[in-house]
Amino acid sequence: MNIKVMNFVIAAVTVLFSANAFAAAPIKIGALFAVTGPAAFLGEPERNSAKMVVDEINKSGGIKGHKLELVVYDTSGDATKAVQLATKLIKDDKVVAIIGPSTTGETMAVIPVAERSMIPLISCSAGSKITDPVKKWVFKTAQNDSLAVGKIYEYLQKRKLTKVSLLTVSDGFGASGREQLKIQAPRYGITVVSDDTYGPKDTDMTAQLTKIRGSHAQAIICWGTNPGPALVAKNVRQLGIKTPLFMSHGVSSKKFIELAGSAAEGIKLPSGKVIVADMLPASDKQKKSLMAFVKDYQRHYNTEGDHFGGHAWDAVMLIRNAIDNGAVTAAAIRDHIENTRGFAGIGGTFNYSAHDHAGLGKDAFVLVEVKNKDWKIVK
Amino acid sequence: MAKPIRSGSDLMKRNLLLFAGFSLLVMLAPQFFRGGYLMNVLVFVGINTMLAIALNLLLGYAGQISLGHAGFFGLGAYLSGIMTTTFSMNPWEAMPVAALVVGCLAYLIGFPVLKLKGHYLAMATLGLGIIFFIIFNETYEWTGGPSGLSGIPNLQLGSIVFDTDVKNYYLIWGVTLAVMLFSMNLAQSRVGRALRAVHDSEIAAQVLGVNARHLKVQIFALSAIICSLAGSLYAHTMTFISPTTFGFNFSIELLTMVVIGGLGSIYGSFLGAALLTLLPEFLRGANDYDIIVYGGLLVIMVMYMPGGLVRGIPALFRKIVKREAESGNA
Amino acid sequence: MQFDQILQYTLSGLSTGAIYALIGIGFSIIYNATGIINFAQGEFVMLGGLFTLSCLEFLKLPLWAAIPCAIAASTLVGMLFERLAIRPLRQPTPINLVIITIGGSILIRGLAMLVWGKDTHAVPSFSGDTPIAIGGATILPQHLWIFAITLIIIAVNKVYFYHTISGKAMRACSYNRRAAGLVGIDVRRMVMFSFIISSAMGAVAGIIIAPLTMTAYDVGVMLGLKGFCAAIIGGMSSGLSTVIGGLLLGVLESLGAGLISSGYKDAIAFIILLLILFFRPQGLFGKADSERV
Repeated sequence: MNIKVMNFVIAAVTVLFSANAFAAAPIKIGALFAVTGPAAFLGEPERNSAKMVVDEINKSGGIKGHKLELVVYDTSGDATKAVQLATKLIKDDKVVAIIGPSTTGETMAVIPVAERSMIPLISCSAGSKITDPVKKWVFKTAQNDSLAVGKIYEYLQKRKLTKVSLLTVSDGFGASGREQLKIQAPRYGITVVSDDTYGPKDTDMTAQLTKIRGSHAQAIICWGTNPGPALVAKNVRQLGIKTPLFMSHGVSSKKFIELAGSAAEGIKLPSGKVIVADMLPASDKQKKSLMAFVKDYQRHYNTEGDHFGGHAWDAVMLIRNAIDNGAVTAAAIRDHIENTRGFAGIGGTFNYSAHDHAGLGKDAFVLVEVKNKDWKIVK
Repeated sequence: MAKPIRSGSDLMKRNLLLFAGFSLLVMLAPQFFRGGYLMNVLVFVGINTMLAIALNLLLGYAGQISLGHAGFFGLGAYLSGIMTTTFSMNPWEAMPVAALVVGCLAYLIGFPVLKLKGHYLAMATLGLGIIFFIIFNETYEWTGGPSGLSGIPNLQLGSIVFDTDVKNYYLIWGVTLAVMLFSMNLAQSRVGRALRAVHDSEIAAQVLGVNARHLKVQIFALSAIICSLAGSLYAHTMTFISPTTFGFNFSIELLTMVVIGGLGSIYGSFLGAALLTLLPEFLRGANDYDIIVYGGLLVIMVMYMPGGLVRGIPALFRKIVKREAESGNA
Repeated sequence: MQFDQILQYTLSGLSTGAIYALIGIGFSIIYNATGIINFAQGEFVMLGGLFTLSCLEFLKLPLWAAIPCAIAASTLVGMLFERLAIRPLRQPTPINLVIITIGGSILIRGLAMLVWGKDTHAVPSFSGDTPIAIGGATILPQHLWIFAITLIIIAVNKVYFYHTISGKAMRACSYNRRAAGLVGIDVRRMVMFSFIISSAMGAVAGIIIAPLTMTAYDVGVMLGLKGFCAAIIGGMSSGLSTVIGGLLLGVLESLGAGLISSGYKDAIAFIILLLILFFRPQGLFGKADSERV
């Protein structure tokens, strides 16, 4: 018994000393991702990307001698858990910044905690109300839904298509898209002729699509995340609907093409540039970051990285750059992020300011089309 | 073997002492975890204890299952949230109004629903819960839909704003202790005895002059009111609510709390709520497995400890002591 | 145009309804033999689809071999569930049974998540994806498979319950378990049988619907609940009334989504469930029977 205790004490002391033997103290960054639950398709690549980039940074000697330490918690997409874990990150782990959460609902729940504790929060979710109005401590790296909507509407306007039918999923992602689709339509001279929703667990959308078929729409816009949109694509094919079908950036991953199969052909959607990184011209400012991200992700996890993971990558890089510029405290990191200009990341080229904590412009998205089971940039 | 029979007043004194001890422990707890993250978790333990007690009154005492209690919890939260944001009502006024509305609604729904028994009751309440959830999701003009409702004000008492974990802890646990005390009194009262009679045999209870049907509906409404209260408190501490919190899964989680803690025991509800709220803290790192642990716990508890922790642990303890004694004798 | 739309809603509704019916019959068989509502019934639908996927992708079996394998595997899970959770239960009160089947369903779902991951998986159709036009509406070949297999299963059920010894024994159990035991029927074996049959049927439902809806570890929850609604409408019969209940539910949902509001589509099913429970607890077609009130 006593020997065991002695051993333990010796081991503990050794660990303590060897930890101290390393140079400057590691800087702790917190992360909240929905690794399980319905938003796992966001949380999992985000966690993977964040871990990957922190590993890479530490492997190359850290930032100015500081190692980074990433504390990741799984919120399983639940707002209550997200708030508890944000508190844990701040109070127990004493992090200087928090990356995430993955969904807009969780982010909205966590914002009061971050604001009160004065810890920068870099959300990886898309809802525009996260940074509108601007909150002092809250930033986001995911592109606003409004930008994705704009990309589709621009394309429609160019082709003089003015009547659209909406089919959105009844969760946070779909609701936010639906709101933007309806708000922005008049700006592009577009009228919404039908507006339907489907449940995230629905297994058949032919009823909604039959209604849309009777509505004389010139384009169908479906806003959702896998697997719903794949079903919509299949059902559109089944009903023989010839109206062009648009999707959201929520399905811009190979998984969508795999699920929808041949029904995916010809579908157009706005997407972050990750999935078409190799097709971008060399002049594209983001190309370097994109190629690095895609290569690293492939090497670490043996699958393709997507732009959801990119949000976490961008968030870590923002913090990295801040620390590189000498910021180590929460307040200094916040100030540096706010002053970030021209950072070419995965989601786009970020230009933050005191009035803009979303930081991205329309160039963050490209319109892509599914051709031969792959993506093609639509000019 | 024979135990001295305790008189009623003895028992009451013992219960009161137990409750006083428990309250003291609850009130002193913040001294141990001053400011730490655990305070935040303990706030939710309080809310969940209230909810578990609400369900336990119905399930443990009256023997009526509900798989839709998350709906009443959500209704309370949304009513409070909407009244204090859209209509800028004072939270202290919104809370009782919400509770009243939810109580009346539950009373009305209670009549047809509680006519049903067993599995049918389970399914009907489950359906109700899902309908509530769909309403939270679809009436986005009011509830903000799936994106949730933000900007709900904190509660305020004079110049004290309940915006930190420690303050909220005292607020929530103050209410929780009151709910516990009330429920324990109810259980000991005439109503409690009548409820247990209904639990054991509705027909026998009817014969003895208990209006079983009305009693069931009343306890259903009371249970909904407690849920609504917990919902309002949740909304004002979180300042943000969204439908996912109030879904089918949470109804199941509540049921798990009650069953694991022990049917028909108020302290059991606390134990169940505490265990299930704290469990994720221990399971962290094994995140993908927690769903299996929940399911497994539920199955194992029903199979091997149908009385719940509150009865199972003492029984287990006695068994071990007995075995020790026996092996000592041998 | 309007007529075409109604036709399409109806056809879509019928095909979803057929699946609800199959799941509903699974519920009824167990309920009738044991008095248990098996909340884990939906999980067998999930298992059917996912086992088929594994047989196709990892064992590289052809479809005709993968399907029986998947049914067998799901049925095995059903047997284990009965053996390990239901049979040893010391206090089989209705509430304990509800809780244990809910626990079982969470457990099965969790294990499935570990085995197959959280992603949705596509399963190939039995015979292509070329739409077939019927009037102004279109359906897929897979829909025909769904209708055909549902019909076959109903027929097989009929034969089993009315023309075989074990089927008759099971019916006897559903009328009066004690009496059945007294005349020498092994009631425990019948309980096991009922779990075998309904898990197999759940699996079949999961297999034939997977090519249309794709499949994932969590598809069982909603389908299970809808199946239960079908069974309630049908008065918990293991025959035609549940089938009609399922079809009716499917069509009403589809019409509701198309003509009223797509957002409240799921609410329609549960409102019907409540109305039936309140006003006709014996089912839409059943004779008055006070047992369930």
